[in-house]
Amino acid sequence: MKYQRLGARVALYAAVALFVVVTLAPLYWLLVMSVSTPVALTRIPLQWWPDSWDFSRYTKLISDAGGPVAERFLAALRNSLVVSVASTVIAMVAAIPAAYSFSRYPGRQGVLYGAVAVYMLPSVAFVLPLYLILSGLGMLNNVLSLVLVYCTILLPFTTWMLKNNFDQVPHDIEQAAHIDGAGVLGVIWRITLPLALPALGATALFAFLLAWDEFFYALIYTNDIRAKTLPVTIADFAAGRATDYGLISAVGVLAALPPMLIGLLLQRTLVSGLTAGGTKG
Amino acid sequence: MGSAATARRMQAWGLLTPMLVIMVGITAWPLMRTIWLSFTSTSIGGEPAQWVGLENYWQALSNTAFQESLGHTLYFTFVSVSLELVLGVAVGLLLNQPFKGQAFARALLVLPWALPTIVNAMMWRLIDGPEYGALNALLVQTGLLEDYRSWLGDPDIAMEMVIVADVWKNYPFVALIMLASLQSVPADLYEAARLDGAGTLARFWYVTVPGVMAPLSVAIVLRTIDAFKVFDVIYVMTKGGPADSTKALSFVVYQEAFSYLRIGSGAAYAILMAGISALLIALYVAMLRKQEGST
Repeated sequence: MKYQRLGARVALYAAVALFVVVTLAPLYWLLVMSVSTPVALTRIPLQWWPDSWDFSRYTKLISDAGGPVAERFLAALRNSLVVSVASTVIAMVAAIPAAYSFSRYPGRQGVLYGAVAVYMLPSVAFVLPLYLILSGLGMLNNVLSLVLVYCTILLPFTTWMLKNNFDQVPHDIEQAAHIDGAGVLGVIWRITLPLALPALGATALFAFLLAWDEFFYALIYTNDIRAKTLPVTIADFAAGRATDYGLISAVGVLAALPPMLIGLLLQRTLVSGLTAGGTKG
Repeated sequence: MGSAATARRMQAWGLLTPMLVIMVGITAWPLMRTIWLSFTSTSIGGEPAQWVGLENYWQALSNTAFQESLGHTLYFTFVSVSLELVLGVAVGLLLNQPFKGQAFARALLVLPWALPTIVNAMMWRLIDGPEYGALNALLVQTGLLEDYRSWLGDPDIAMEMVIVADVWKNYPFVALIMLASLQSVPADLYEAARLDGAGTLARFWYVTVPGVMAPLSVAIVLRTIDAFKVFDVIYVMTKGGPADSTKALSFVVYQEAFSYLRIGSGAAYAILMAGISALLIALYVAMLRKQEGST
């Protein structure tokens, strides 16, 4: 009996160790590539622990003296930030009243499911007409267009997640405010939103992640540093011939940092967000 | 009384208006327009568009490139999602056990999930590299492989390598949901089963499995919807090659419309793809409605 339990413990820790190694090894290697010299990366047999940690690629990427590479990276970082933040803000502003309506005025669930369904359709179903319109308006390669298009991805998601959260907010305080003569928007602003504040924050962060990760529309609607986002720029770097793998890795590490921090921050609310339809692509 | 109900309805629609305007303007309308385009010969810089009826659809369905890409997409979706289910359930069960460092291990699960799709694809492209890739180095240095090989350049295994990259990033999604639903199974159910004399296996089968079934099926349907749309990871890792062996449906639509500039037939491809997606989405919405009805 005792040996059997010991055996089970050993098997458990072996399985956990395997899980930890498989999860961390690729990420570790990405980090190592970003700080290894180009010579170390092309050595055979490969060196698993770098002799020296060379952070010059990072300083090159974020300094003005980094030349065209830094220019491309910083422009992409700025575009990604602008597009992700702006589309998150617009999606939240439109989603709050919509989610409130779905939560407090039952009877329009079909509209809600319709929005969720449309959001899950592949982007290819919408990309062509939008391309023709944007090109007709001279709005291709423009961050504003990306903001608008991303709203359609973020909006159904935020509406659905907020609706589920508003369902948990008790109605009786709202009723009291109504009797005191407050309008609907006043009630949402002064009663519902403060009560749902943590959920609002989590929803906005999820929306930001969705926008930060988007690739397909950005690939098709942008063509230079005026509007290219980080994912498109990384794909460009990766496709380039004879490029420095370490530099691509450094760009990848920098692009991965914000979402990874947000992911760790969201751990507790992750599952409710995931089942709210955290699919992208 | 009647006017109060009407006022409430007006209010409900009023609150929905900003969302509806955006959704109708930037998704519903383009969707209708894509359907219309699919019946025309529209092309960029080509002759004026004409109504061609179902011709684009016949052309797509009889086109071997389209059929093959559908096959690739179904293969990718089936293998990826199956592996994600198996690994997700296994890792969910593992991390539900008590052990030292459990909180740390659970936090690790979030990292691949949060890693941007493009960064993940780029990372695996470098790892699978033919000349200096870490996978080759690891296998050769441990003696598991004779010589360096081109993982992504070989039509026989390129798709499997893409699947590995996709599964590594996406199985944590299933594992996280598995873990959360395991924790929501009431502990007294286990206690009651134990008192009734149920062994470990019986408790797993009669208490754990029914408890995780519903959330797990939602997770699997979501993963299937997502995997069927695969584009980003293929674009970065293989660009559909070698010898078109990893070319998925979304990639064929992309090429038809934006490389060959044939908007009409690109739209028909897109609508066929969206139609298959719609079947999966209908299944998901049905699950949501059922969930809504039961709570």
